[in-house]
Amino acid sequence: MEKELSVETMSADYVDVLRELGNIGAGNAMTALAQLLNCKVDMKVPQVRLLEFKDVGTLIGGEEQIMAGIYLAVEGDITGSIMFLLGKGSARHLVSKLMGMVTEGEEFGEMEMSALMEIGNIITGAYLNSLATITNLKIFPSVPSLCVDMAGAILSVPAIEFGTLGDKILLIQSQFMDEIELDGYFIMVPDIESYGKILSSLGMA
Amino acid sequence: MSEIIKVGMADLKVCKSPDGVTTLGLGSCVGIALRDPVTKIGGLAHIMLPDSTVIRNNSNIPKFADTGIDALVRQIIAAGANRGRLVAKIAGGARMFAFSNSSDMIGVGDRNVEAVKKKLQQLRIPILAEDTGKNYGRTVVFFPETGDFVIRSVGKSETVI
Repeated sequence: MEKELSVETMSADYVDVLRELGNIGAGNAMTALAQLLNCKVDMKVPQVRLLEFKDVGTLIGGEEQIMAGIYLAVEGDITGSIMFLLGKGSARHLVSKLMGMVTEGEEFGEMEMSALMEIGNIITGAYLNSLATITNLKIFPSVPSLCVDMAGAILSVPAIEFGTLGDKILLIQSQFMDEIELDGYFIMVPDIESYGKILSSLGMA
Repeated sequence: MSEIIKVGMADLKVCKSPDGVTTLGLGSCVGIALRDPVTKIGGLAHIMLPDSTVIRNNSNIPKFADTGIDALVRQIIAAGANRGRLVAKIAGGARMFAFSNSSDMIGVGDRNVEAVKKKLQQLRIPILAEDTGKNYGRTVVFFPETGDFVIRSVGKSETVI
């Protein structure tokens, strides 16, 4: 029998599983980032939060805060989407570091957008890879898409996906430091069948 | 002293001149501003999804275009507005991410705008102005005093519709 599953009715065990997957995923993502930038990256234990839509913007520093969002669809044994969000300052820092030069100005140029896309690609790729390894499921990411805009506007995309299931959004906040403190957020939106698949692959369903 | 009342995602608020209502960072969601130009009572709804009838978990009324607009109209009338005089302005419904394989969810901005227009037409509320679609986020502020719907976007100058 299929139980109706929504983000609200998840058991504490289940949230723990997602938190642990988030932890491992974010850890792998940061390792990949450290290799890419060829430097040491420290990270704090990621915070996994279940938030109401209206509180999401406040948590990440306001709906009008400008952020870079990298978004991609996931296919294979599980389907859904994943987003990696980075504050504008953090994004600029990483891009400068990757390109080996300081970039300035309000807007990101074409080269910078492309570098940012690559960073997002590597980070989300590492994240999904670790998820695939743990669950032994096939997970294929699509080509990523990048958007630099207001946090509220970017977050409306995963929020709408969560919105078809419930009234809350699951956010994994990972803070990491190299020379400056950077703030990154993962948002993973597996569709309803995928929740069950993730759990049963871990022997929990 | 006038106040600007904040409307969150999947939320709606009614206000009276000289106060205004705002919602920050509209992406694929749509903001619907309604106003009675005589009593200067108005309101703003921030809807996320087009249709409450296709979703099982649909108790959150302001989340959907159909139920959200109904609720906003009811509350504005309860606050003293005249049903026959209501006019609308709408904004949002952007396509934030460009995908080559456009899945169902990516076009949700367009579908939201369509659903909002259909609902307003059913209720015979004329749409005086709109700023919808495209690929960027919008912060909107609505003033029932003048009917001005102020729209701010990143890297663009402020517009009033």
